[in-house]
Amino acid sequence: MLPTPSTDHVSFDRVYEPAEDSFLFLDTLSCDRETTFLRQRFAQCSNGDHASPCILEIGTGSGVLLAFITAHSKKLFGRPDVLTLGADINSFACKATEETVRTACRESTPYLNPGHGIYLDTLNANLGDALHSGVVDVLVFNPPYVPTEDLPNPSDHESYNQFDHGTTTFEQDSHLLALSYAGGMEGMEVTNKLLDRLPELLNPQRGVAYILLCVQNKPQNIKQRVQNWGTSWRADTVGSSGKKGGWEKLQIIRIWRSADP
Amino acid sequence: MKLLTLNFVTCARKSCKTLPAAFPLHPRDAELEIVEMELNPKFLVNILPRVEWQALRTVCQELGLPTLPDIMPVQQDLLQPPSLPGRESESQEGEAEGEGGSEEEDALQKPSQTAQDLHRVLLETTIANGKLVCGACGHEYAVKEGIANFLLPSHMV
Repeated sequence: MLPTPSTDHVSFDRVYEPAEDSFLFLDTLSCDRETTFLRQRFAQCSNGDHASPCILEIGTGSGVLLAFITAHSKKLFGRPDVLTLGADINSFACKATEETVRTACRESTPYLNPGHGIYLDTLNANLGDALHSGVVDVLVFNPPYVPTEDLPNPSDHESYNQFDHGTTTFEQDSHLLALSYAGGMEGMEVTNKLLDRLPELLNPQRGVAYILLCVQNKPQNIKQRVQNWGTSWRADTVGSSGKKGGWEKLQIIRIWRSADP
Repeated sequence: MKLLTLNFVTCARKSCKTLPAAFPLHPRDAELEIVEMELNPKFLVNILPRVEWQALRTVCQELGLPTLPDIMPVQQDLLQPPSLPGRESESQEGEAEGEGGSEEEDALQKPSQTAQDLHRVLLETTIANGKLVCGACGHEYAVKEGIANFLLPSHMV
């Protein structure tokens, strides 16, 4: 088991606290099946391409997942020279992520973990809006997937998102936390926007996306939708939890393009 | 915000995504800060193929940084040829590298001046505060305390 990055410094009043979904992500990305897949896909010098993979996490929250990926890049990708980027709509989450990633890299012990990846930045952005087309090799997204009546009001966001070194109000904290879980209709309103731009964001050859879904998101329909993008597109469930039932059964799907017909 | 990050971002407006003028974003009123990081020449060799060289040159020029070469350096420019035998002690170099490839080879490869300059530009030079301006629509994105804000006002989404 690879160590889970510490998020002790984060205020969970306004930033999503790592929970079952976050841990399912850590377990899935570090399981043998996925590390084998990622190592093969990003092996150096296969067909002469040795370029460092670029990893983007959307909605980093506390930064636990991005820190895990950065600190354990050698274990996950078979190479330490990966570039990691984060994006979060919540500026407090961006700050938290920076510190979580830095701490995890600093504490990664050289003999257990020879070389961590290169953390670039966390952008205060909506989904992948700031990213140049085709630059993302691996996209990870633990979205706001809970079905809700409404999404947080976008016109409140600018004032609630301010860095203010004083205190925050209850309304501000509620708004920021809702952004991390409220998914609107079927819990899919935010994820649908990302899916719309996914084929363009991902690198046409190497691109892979991991997206977490709950049962109310109708994962089967989403996988079908991806396959409808074209014959090269694939979507598979690669991790799941909550098998005993309950309303929040979770799974992670991997979306990628295969060279095989 | 590291200068290498600028290589991956563009204007957040949908209408700008396909316009060549929207990349790279242009730093304005930028307050730079150097954040030191350990140099790993092998990393640089693998990062360079990801870099849009002409865009990086433009950004450096706009920031008043030393001019980068016209053409992107290649692997041989980053690693110095092995030093002459007996000139330097190589006792601990192999351990420090530790990763992949032939350790003997790694021990002999030291970063060239070009590698040191590129490391400084790509990974150590950061925009602490300032703006990033889209060359197509003119929208300005603020950078505060090292974090760039790409959120658009609702009328621009």
